[in-house]
Amino acid sequence: MSRRTLLQKVWDLHTVRRLPTGQTQLFIGLHLIHEVTTPQAFDMLRARGAGVAFPERTYATVDHIVPTRDQGRPFADELAEQMMAALERNCREFGIRFADLGSDRQGIVHVIGPELGLTQPGMTIACGDSHTSTHGAFGAVAFGIGTSQVRDVLASQSLAIDPLKVRRITVSGTLGPGVYAKDVILEIIARLGVKGGVGFAYEYGGPAIEQMSMDERMTVCNMSIEGGARAGYVNPDETTFRYLAGRPFAPEGDAFERAKQWWASMASDDGAPYDDEVVIDGDAIEPRVTWGINPGQSVGVSERIPDPGASATEEAQADADAGALGEALDFMGFAAGAPIAGTKVDVAFVGSCTNSRLTDLREAARVVRGQRIAPHVRALAVPGSKAVRQAAEAEGLHEVFLEAGFEWRGAGCSMCLAMNPDRLNGREVCASSSNRNFKGRQGSPTGRTLLMSPAMVAAAAVSGEVTDVRRMLG
Amino acid sequence: MATSSADRRIDRISGTAIPLRGNNIDTDRIIPARYLKAITFEGLGEHVFEDDRASMPDHPFENPAYAGASILVVNENFGSGSSREHAPQALKRWGIGACVGESFSEIFLGNATTIGLPCATADAEGVERLMASAEGNPRTHLTLSVAGGRVEAGGHFVPIRMPDAVREALLSGQWDATALLLDRFDEVRAVSARLPYVAGF
Repeated sequence: MSRRTLLQKVWDLHTVRRLPTGQTQLFIGLHLIHEVTTPQAFDMLRARGAGVAFPERTYATVDHIVPTRDQGRPFADELAEQMMAALERNCREFGIRFADLGSDRQGIVHVIGPELGLTQPGMTIACGDSHTSTHGAFGAVAFGIGTSQVRDVLASQSLAIDPLKVRRITVSGTLGPGVYAKDVILEIIARLGVKGGVGFAYEYGGPAIEQMSMDERMTVCNMSIEGGARAGYVNPDETTFRYLAGRPFAPEGDAFERAKQWWASMASDDGAPYDDEVVIDGDAIEPRVTWGINPGQSVGVSERIPDPGASATEEAQADADAGALGEALDFMGFAAGAPIAGTKVDVAFVGSCTNSRLTDLREAARVVRGQRIAPHVRALAVPGSKAVRQAAEAEGLHEVFLEAGFEWRGAGCSMCLAMNPDRLNGREVCASSSNRNFKGRQGSPTGRTLLMSPAMVAAAAVSGEVTDVRRMLG
Repeated sequence: MATSSADRRIDRISGTAIPLRGNNIDTDRIIPARYLKAITFEGLGEHVFEDDRASMPDHPFENPAYAGASILVVNENFGSGSSREHAPQALKRWGIGACVGESFSEIFLGNATTIGLPCATADAEGVERLMASAEGNPRTHLTLSVAGGRVEAGGHFVPIRMPDAVREALLSGQWDATALLLDRFDEVRAVSARLPYVAGF
């Protein structure tokens, strides 16, 4: 058989048929659902008298709206309570497993899927959330979908979808100390642009990616959509298999050995054809910080905020025209040509589906251990799941954060997206380990977000301004 | 199903245009996340672009001259970011019947199609002509033809494009995919039966 990419193998295996419209009907191996994008989908099902075709291939949790401090029911926010009650009712009615607030398995949907071993190589995965690309870290093909498509998957366990092209992104070399997966993906988006990935799945590979832990690979794949790519993946390898061994929903014993063989066979073949290939020099990446209003607008921490008046540099965003630069600078209130380091921050947020896993918390804690956050800074550490929270506490990380002046919260999406009580006020500037610096994203229409790695967030919390974390790591 | 696919066919959308300049207008801007905290899509129309409208007094959605417009004209990568279907739902409920832009985010395009909101692309020059004509005279009447692959505005024609599958889905009334996907459910079962992970290896 001809050489194929992982995407092509997964696609071929999961294709039900070609629809009369020309789209592919693709079987979905795992459907993850949460409270925000599903209530209308279940209502549409009921209106048609349809059922859930494969409830055993569906798994629910609650993450976006949950308060991370006071989780008593009913929630103080009546709308949040309604959404929670709707998901409870829908899961009960249709026989869907639900990691609810009372369960030890609750957490951000893109944290718990992998953590429970639900996410596996070679699968197709869908969820009504654009960061579903996270699950590609395991060599799954994972899509974010809208509510009507959630209805489609509930009803038929399949999606009507157009095939994707594949862009291979090779990250060469070795990341320096203090440089993380977050910096790699911010560099990739800055290089290829926020719409550079439209029509593509991104296949991440090369030495710098292969050396990454699963947590780090998830960070990279998570932000594929910020580069316009609907899916992103890493070919499965021993790191993937070691992570999955012993997880609650992973196969066991002989079945695990058979699974490993099949998983390995799904990786892209040597010499498989790609629609495009890009090489990024991993040795040259430095900690990055966004200065603007989309995730493509980032610079290295030693660099300056771009100047729309100056001629475009090599490093400039692929899609940055002078008008967009000006709009971003106006909104942020930053001076063109000013160094990004030294930008004062009001809030520090370690969390979100991008960077709320155990290794993220460890790296942030390494920076704040024995330090105090700056007096003007409000800082939150928000584990991505209950399991992450428990594991962090077992290592004493919560004490490190609390002693430094951070708040230590319960699991949820928290300050990434302003659907719960955690949000910015007024024009606050937030050093954030999340994924989007859009206007208004963190809950204040005029609030400002600087995206960076968890370690860089920790460094900003301690110094009260954007700081090169490499100077703080011994 | 309440209606047959024949009743759902979408080809021509007529009305005035609303031009919204700027690249990468994301779904958080189209509908801020606080309006996702609801179990229905009802009432989203009035909150479309709410924060942008509050901070930009000259925002087209604040401008009474564009009230009642049915064709939204945008630039590049419209609808980037979150997968929230609430974004095209809010536009549709405000009264938008079709979008024309230089490019759209993929998830937004899929969501819009599946609720019967056609999104067509035109080149930068075509988009500029449509925007300029609406800005010059907001009462300019436009007709977008999915089958004809063009927008007619004040006697001029701007060619538009759509992915074949989207055009076909709109013209055949099969943009709501559920019925199609259930049409041969035995084939779905057959695929599930051949997947090693479904069988538990």
